[in-house]
Amino acid sequence: MIPGAFDYVRPSSLEGALTALRAAGDDGKVIAGGQSLLPLLRLRLAYPEILVDLGSVPELSGVRDEGSSLLVGAMTTHYDVLRDPLIHQHAPLVAAATATVADPAVRHRGTFGGSLAHADPAGDLPAVALAMDAVFVTSSREIPASEFFSDYLTSALEPDEVLLGVRLPKSYAGWGFHYEKFHRTAQAWAIVGVACLVQRSNGEISAARIGLTNMGSTPIRASAVEQAVTGGAANREAFRAAAESAAEGTSPPSDLHGSAEYRRHLVTVLTARALSKAASV
Amino acid sequence: MTAAPEIGSARLRSEDARLITGQTNWTDNIQLPGLLHVAFLRSPVAHGRITRIDAEPARGRPGVIAVFTGADFADEQGSLPTAWQVTEDMVLPDHPPVAVEEVRYVGEPVAVVVARDRYLAADALEAIDVDYETLPPVLDMDEAIKEGADLVHADKGTNKSYEWVFAAGDIDAAFRDAPVVIERRYVQQRLIPAAMEPRAVVCSVVGDEYTLWSSTQIPHVLRLMLATVTGIPEHRLRVIAPDVGGGFGSKLQVYGEEVACLLLAKRLGRPVKWTESRSEGNASVHHGRDQIQRLSLAAEADGRIRGLKVDLLADMGAYLMLITPGIPLLGAFMFNGIYKMDAYHFTCSGIFTNKTPTDAYRGAGRPEATFAIERLMDELASELSLDPLEVRRRNWITHEEFPYDTIAGLTYDSGNYEAATEKAHRLFEYDKLRAEQADRRERGDPVQLGIGISTFTEMCGLAPSRVLGSLAFGAGGWEHASVRMLPSGKVEVVTGSSAHGQGHETAWAQIAADRLGVPFEDVRVLHGDTSISPKGMDTYGSRSLAVGGVALYNACEKVIDKARRMAAHMLEADEQDIEFANGTFSVRGVPDQVRTVQEVSLATFLAHDLPEGFEPSLDSDATHDPANFSFPHGTHLCAAEVDTETGFVKLRSYVAVDDIGKVVNPLIVEGQVHGGLAQGIAQALYEEAVYDADGNLTTTTMADYLLPAATDLPTFTTDRTETPATTNPLGVKGVGEAGTIASTPAVVNAIVDALRPYGVADVPMPCTPERVWRACRAGGAQEAGRAGGPEHSPRPGAGGGLGSAGGEA
Repeated sequence: MIPGAFDYVRPSSLEGALTALRAAGDDGKVIAGGQSLLPLLRLRLAYPEILVDLGSVPELSGVRDEGSSLLVGAMTTHYDVLRDPLIHQHAPLVAAATATVADPAVRHRGTFGGSLAHADPAGDLPAVALAMDAVFVTSSREIPASEFFSDYLTSALEPDEVLLGVRLPKSYAGWGFHYEKFHRTAQAWAIVGVACLVQRSNGEISAARIGLTNMGSTPIRASAVEQAVTGGAANREAFRAAAESAAEGTSPPSDLHGSAEYRRHLVTVLTARALSKAASV
Repeated sequence: MTAAPEIGSARLRSEDARLITGQTNWTDNIQLPGLLHVAFLRSPVAHGRITRIDAEPARGRPGVIAVFTGADFADEQGSLPTAWQVTEDMVLPDHPPVAVEEVRYVGEPVAVVVARDRYLAADALEAIDVDYETLPPVLDMDEAIKEGADLVHADKGTNKSYEWVFAAGDIDAAFRDAPVVIERRYVQQRLIPAAMEPRAVVCSVVGDEYTLWSSTQIPHVLRLMLATVTGIPEHRLRVIAPDVGGGFGSKLQVYGEEVACLLLAKRLGRPVKWTESRSEGNASVHHGRDQIQRLSLAAEADGRIRGLKVDLLADMGAYLMLITPGIPLLGAFMFNGIYKMDAYHFTCSGIFTNKTPTDAYRGAGRPEATFAIERLMDELASELSLDPLEVRRRNWITHEEFPYDTIAGLTYDSGNYEAATEKAHRLFEYDKLRAEQADRRERGDPVQLGIGISTFTEMCGLAPSRVLGSLAFGAGGWEHASVRMLPSGKVEVVTGSSAHGQGHETAWAQIAADRLGVPFEDVRVLHGDTSISPKGMDTYGSRSLAVGGVALYNACEKVIDKARRMAAHMLEADEQDIEFANGTFSVRGVPDQVRTVQEVSLATFLAHDLPEGFEPSLDSDATHDPANFSFPHGTHLCAAEVDTETGFVKLRSYVAVDDIGKVVNPLIVEGQVHGGLAQGIAQALYEEAVYDADGNLTTTTMADYLLPAATDLPTFTTDRTETPATTNPLGVKGVGEAGTIASTPAVVNAIVDALRPYGVADVPMPCTPERVWRACRAGGAQEAGRAGGPEHSPRPGAGGGLGSAGGEA
């Protein structure tokens, strides 16, 4: 649990951070809250030569109202996300998922952007971002969530590209929401998680968006379930039937906490439950 | 003036402020001039021959002072000791602190780096080049004992260290024509002790005087053993256990790292420090449990037990450490639990595997035994369609029958199982929960309710020296205490018990204050340093209070006896007429003629006017050797909600009624019970050391070796009944392990009880959601007692990218 040697810079401006990253090339790594990266360093699973700390870049923290969307600064801590009234008003699913992240100590240090950029399919926020069609605003472009998560622990970010913030559309006003997280202990990662948004009208589901945690090397949309529930009755039987296809197109891992087979079963149960809770039935 | 009695008072622990705020010396905090830092290179293979080590590149790394391999130490490192020769022909392999020719488990030290700081030492490890010729690893105990099996120690010709048998009564008769026979195979999974403070060692040498600081439970035993292993004369070696952050048995050990640090300090003439990382510790701290239990219980049709057969395979790991072979045998006398039976037959085979050595872990042998008998009692109840409490009632020793000689040869001095059970039954609202269970079953609720019972006892207060002698244990079981009466009236207590989180400084001060009649604040308790506390047998096996506390009690009595004579002299009265109460000596019938113990103490110090032939000191010491074990018992009831769709188990309520005899500090008892419950529940639900097919430990981080936090546990309802121990003057029994021993079977019984309608007779531990779900699905097709399963995947990978962390330190 002792990291190898690395250099460390803490620039006070975005330009400074970008310059440092460009100079470092493939040997540089951005550090935000460090709650995912530091364990990798301490276990010597990652050997960056220079860490570029964004902690002193002022414009990266906080939640901003942009009219039709919110822009959550990449360096906003989970704790600050949880306390933000704009998040609760316009993106309560984000608040619900963030509340399940690890423990209070981690939530005080860990950041919204860092957690997403880490692109861990077992993390709670990637599935939420995917379900919400969030947009990743970087130092050079905007990347839709559907293109951001490219592989296990791999995002579309280039080595010299910095995630500035994440745009969350306000278009889910009035939708039901729920994040169903299944884990063995409160501080553990999700074995499977289901992020769910549903729009109800006249006892039916008129639209649904479901993101799955830890069901593959990236977060995955449960498109088959979304289609199956849309236009159908908002009741538990219908949800259960629709959720039968929740494992379609997934390739979950097998590890100490659950086999792939178990995860494929679990995701059907949890998706049905998430739908019921999101639709309040 | 009569103060409230100190014994029984729920005092806040006086040591907590410094422990909680870190205002203390943990071993890793110790700084010495010129201190060097040590890192161990550890074997990445489970079994292999070291064909080449090239340490030169590491020697050239910045800040590196020295690198040594096992071969460099071979002449003086000796073999790590085993203090328990359980059979005459026990196979006891050499155990070099640093491997020389062969490695036998992943994590075994193969080389050691000394550098200017900890980081440089860790970096240099990567520059040591080792070639291994891998040998086939022995990982499965059933396979290990087959003819022609690969061998952990080729020169020994066998993987079996010993076979130990105990028999009482006519076991064949008990099973012949028995109306009911229950046969089960249970697995006690391998556990990794996770003390909050990892192991740490600091060693310095000045001239020929050695000082070793270690995060250990056993400074006294360690000193003797290190002297024996290294040849450093015992009187030149001082061992200090500063504040120690937990042990749970894992620091009841003589570790290779401790020996290596002594050798390094000696060779380099400079102080050295080693502190393990958590993942390093997971692979190299001794592990616990790991038994395969084959059990047969014969009973009458009415549920009365006729006999019990126990056949154990106990995993020793790659080597025998301090008391490795004896651990499963501590359970030999406990499989009968609180029950009467006519015959009992116990066999245990100690098996070598290419895994980390096992040794004592909270409960040490007794949790395994208690699990087996308490699970069997539930199975018997199910077989006979009886309430599991009723089956227990029909078999347990009733309170009128004490003292009771058990089939396993122990004499239980006292107990009242009826009273503890009645109280637990009421607090739990047993009948109400049974009604809810019936209702959920009726409705086919996907979340079923189960009730788990554990009516346990345990043997504590290790141990009467004559018993240890009869078991060929390498030491006695006494404990030492001394009391120093200072001239100012203050008191210093020196104990051979070695606190590592339990609260001895508070409890011992309460005992001394109570017996001597001095204020609690006037007592200071000293421990954990062989120069300050020269005699001791240290802390493990719930022995501190029942042995060390009694030693202190006896030492206090001696002080008072001396002081009574001095007081009589001061009061010009006959010694027989002196009464002592609340710290005051008085002459019977003359209540205004008094001397306080402080006045007597000062007068003795001055020594100007002493009774004829009186030695001018009240100081006293006592060494107590218990006449018998003590036998705490209790009834634990657990209600579990089992989600049959996901396999998730939620503990809804937990009632623990413990009878630990007299209590010195109820708050400390409460803490011990809570912590013990968490640990026992964790065995049932969360913890398991998992090795892959090559013998790599995959649970090297907290992400994969799951421990519960407060949020994962129910609110415990704890209460006590009080049947004093009759074999010591304090009436105490010990509480350090009770919660752990009792709770594991209570939880598994609850899960199985919930799933009986699904045809489930067992869920292997830890009862992970997947295993519970599979048990539900397999239902009646399930082979009773089958452990493990094809679903078992040894890959780590909880998330966060930590999944490939296996074996890294």
